[in-house]
Amino acid sequence: MTAALLDIHGLRQAFPRADGGEHLVLEGVELQLNQGQIVGLLGRTGSGKSTLLRLISGLSQPVGGTVTYLGQPVNGPAAGIAMVFQSFALFPWLTVLENVQLGLEALGLPQPEIRKRALAAIDLIGLDGYESAFPRELSGGMRQRVGFARALVVHPNILLMDEPFSALDVLTAETLRTDFLELWGEGKLPIKGVILVTHNIEEAVLMCDRILLFSSNPGRIVSDIPVDLKQPRNRLDPQFRDMVEKIYVAMTARKAGPTQIGTAPATTMFTVLPRVSANLMSGLIETLAAPPFNGKADLPVLADELAMESDELLPVAESLQMFRLAEIEGGDIKLTDIGKQFAEMGTDDRKKLFARQLLAQVPLAMHIRRVLQERTNHVAPKSRFLDELEDHMSTEDAEHTLRAVIAWGRFAEVFAYDDDSEAFSLENPT
Amino acid sequence: MRVNVPISAGAWAGLFSRWDVLAFLLILGLLVFLGEASRHLFEPLTALQQQPTSLDPRNLPEYAARTTLRMLIAMVASLIFTFTYATLAAKNKTAERLLVPLLDILQSVPILGFISVTVVFFMALAPGRVLGAEFASIFAIFTSQAWNMAFSFYQSLRTIPTELEEATRNFGLTPWMRFWRLDVPFAMPQLIWNMMMSMSGSWFFVVASEAISVGNTTVTLPGIGSYIALAIEHRDLVAVCWAIGTMLIVIFIYDQVLFRPLVAWADRFRFEQEPGALAPESWVFDVLRRSRLIERLTAPFAVLWQLTFRPHRPDKPAAPMPRISAIGEGRFAFQAGLIVFALAAIALWQTVRFAIEGITLADVMTTLVLGLATLARVVVLIAMASVVWVPIGVWVGVRPRAANLVQPVAQFLAAFPANLLFPIVVSIIVAWKLSPNIWLSPLMILGTQWYILFNVIAGATAIPNELRAVGMNFRVRGWLWWRRIALPAVLPYYVTGAITASGGSWNASIVAEVASWGNEHLQADGLGAYIAQQTDAGNFHKIVLGIAVMSLFVVVVNRLFWRPLYYYAERKFRLG
Repeated sequence: MTAALLDIHGLRQAFPRADGGEHLVLEGVELQLNQGQIVGLLGRTGSGKSTLLRLISGLSQPVGGTVTYLGQPVNGPAAGIAMVFQSFALFPWLTVLENVQLGLEALGLPQPEIRKRALAAIDLIGLDGYESAFPRELSGGMRQRVGFARALVVHPNILLMDEPFSALDVLTAETLRTDFLELWGEGKLPIKGVILVTHNIEEAVLMCDRILLFSSNPGRIVSDIPVDLKQPRNRLDPQFRDMVEKIYVAMTARKAGPTQIGTAPATTMFTVLPRVSANLMSGLIETLAAPPFNGKADLPVLADELAMESDELLPVAESLQMFRLAEIEGGDIKLTDIGKQFAEMGTDDRKKLFARQLLAQVPLAMHIRRVLQERTNHVAPKSRFLDELEDHMSTEDAEHTLRAVIAWGRFAEVFAYDDDSEAFSLENPT
Repeated sequence: MRVNVPISAGAWAGLFSRWDVLAFLLILGLLVFLGEASRHLFEPLTALQQQPTSLDPRNLPEYAARTTLRMLIAMVASLIFTFTYATLAAKNKTAERLLVPLLDILQSVPILGFISVTVVFFMALAPGRVLGAEFASIFAIFTSQAWNMAFSFYQSLRTIPTELEEATRNFGLTPWMRFWRLDVPFAMPQLIWNMMMSMSGSWFFVVASEAISVGNTTVTLPGIGSYIALAIEHRDLVAVCWAIGTMLIVIFIYDQVLFRPLVAWADRFRFEQEPGALAPESWVFDVLRRSRLIERLTAPFAVLWQLTFRPHRPDKPAAPMPRISAIGEGRFAFQAGLIVFALAAIALWQTVRFAIEGITLADVMTTLVLGLATLARVVVLIAMASVVWVPIGVWVGVRPRAANLVQPVAQFLAAFPANLLFPIVVSIIVAWKLSPNIWLSPLMILGTQWYILFNVIAGATAIPNELRAVGMNFRVRGWLWWRRIALPAVLPYYVTGAITASGGSWNASIVAEVASWGNEHLQADGLGAYIAQQTDAGNFHKIVLGIAVMSLFVVVVNRLFWRPLYYYAERKFRLG
């Protein structure tokens, strides 16, 4: 038996918070990557998967736990671990060839060998004829091929991929995935193991041998799902569909603890709110209320129907759940009675219902409203609430959460916000 | 393309931080030190007099070449300064806290008034006296070029996309290789625009720094500046015109041979390609690029350059990133802080001693009042220039063909050293017996008003076609169009231009508030005139006082007015 390529134990990452405390991003992460495996890290935005990838590559250092690569602790960018980036991260002023040669130059290899290996990598990845092109002349798919060639040319043992297909259109992404899997299957890639970060459930099931599911805030591995389907995999295969369904269930059931399955998790003052517009929520309610769903839908089917990715759909679905307009259970979403009423209403009534649900179910909105009512001039600065939130979450999350509640509050007309003076008030311009 | 804002980056937070105060103290201390040193070095140098012997136009090419050479040397020095200072500020959090305010305040020091002091200082330092004067001149030019280049580089380094930065580390690039492969290319387009700005600004200084008299000493270096000084002395209007003509040609050659190729070359380093933007062109660049000979000549150097990218131990993997413990960094910051505070204390002590020695409270009051007079001039002139150039700039900017014609002209005019035109204006004032208090004032803005014009043109060009179409669709016309569409859209650009123009005008006041034509001497009441007078008198205490007060005015106006206005414009009216 061969030793694990990569061994991660008790990994923990946190950043200092404004009030002197710390904001926990990753906690208790255990992970082994064995030879010949593609491991997928699947989770929502803010689940710390990209942070984990940067810890593995040695680009940043954890506050606790260890990363061991081939028996050696990783405490800096390790030779033998190469990364493919979401936004390609190509140097716009270097040609395709020069971009690919970069890592080899850093290794200090002789010029003829650099050239030979770079050309071989370009050839392998299907970039023949583009050697002298600049990245801006290439389409997104070709650019990411350069990203792959640049990573492969240094012959890394581990290839790290940070959502490498998410910036590409659907067709291009599929071609690139298939090409990659084909080369990998034929053993043509000079790599021994792959870690893929993704938020796309189908992509994970299509490519990975194992999927690690991450929870958010802080990021933890909540389940380890082996995928035993044979390559090449077929998206329409019932087993494939089952696997996708199973992961949907796992991802949506996650937040509700074992004691409260089926009901929405409690929202507190300091829950990080998703920035989902009221219009998007209305749209989803209408879609659910109408045939063929008639109030209840299977999430993967719904995602397909709306041409949305899981990462886009789930925040909307969960917002409905938070407002008690829908319930999520076992990979299904179902409108509540209030949700059904909402679907029948006209704009003004919808706003009223939305306002009622907002104040009842989102404690932060209620809090803001109460503070404004208590003040004699009914005005409060944004910083008052921002400071409060920042004691419980990162600055960025606090800003996002406040933005989310501002958008909902405006739609529901429960309070007004003036961006110039950065102040909340009760009066609406008439 | 818009130049970056000549004020420090970072969110608008408070008027002055304690770091600003520290930076101000340090700079004050440096001024005092130079002033003090020069005062003692002053005496043995009275004999030097070296000036162009003739006003013969045939000497002009040589003078022009020497003037140009000074600028190029200063530019190289500025680049070295930029690469080191800005890199340190961007990469070291501890250093950053002091270096950025320091740069911000250095920008506000009207170095033009200080040339006299540096001349004496450098002449005493250098073995040969002429060489010392050359150093002083180059130093003055350097101080007019370096700050905004360093700012631009610092701001670029801070905005390098994280993923590119991660890629360089993931692939184990050495810091040296990273600097040349990522940092410099990324910063290049902005840096080159700032180099052009710097060049434009520094013509003014090179001309002013070639003929300096301190007390009874006159130091003149062969160059266009001293040629024109001689022409003024002889009231020779023809010679003045010859000098102006030469300068026009020199700037034209500079533009064609140096900057156009640089801009065309730097285009490949642009990170985002704005749609519809035409790639800049340059015939010189095309010739160079297509020439096989040049390629062969440069190839060996390219190979040598490549060699420096090699890691020192190619067999070993990249060294692990040093894990900076919070305690270690804290200790370093503490030590650095101690040194800075100690230096600031010394600076304070020196300044107080210097002040007690030769400055009375009445002097301070005088300079403050004179400062207000100059402030009034700057405010009125900027307001007038804005009223004239904003509408014209918008009008030109929304007409692409007109913009293509006018934009290079405006940039060219900004590069032209306006002090060459002073003699003409002054001779008119003398001839018509006009009031110097009013009529000398426009000289201050003669060279700097163009920054407003070309920034406004750039802003108007950047108004999206769709927004203009909306305006037409709803028949938004006249004042409503200006109020709702044009003015908000150009405001951030206008503010950028106006900040540069106002800073430049303060500086120019030192040569603009005092003027002479032969033996006629004109003088307006103002801080600039005060500094110029004290320079003539060789009174180093008062020179330093005048400069310190002027710096203070510039800094306070920037912080109180321009910076808030800029952040407001940036937040509210930034398109896209």
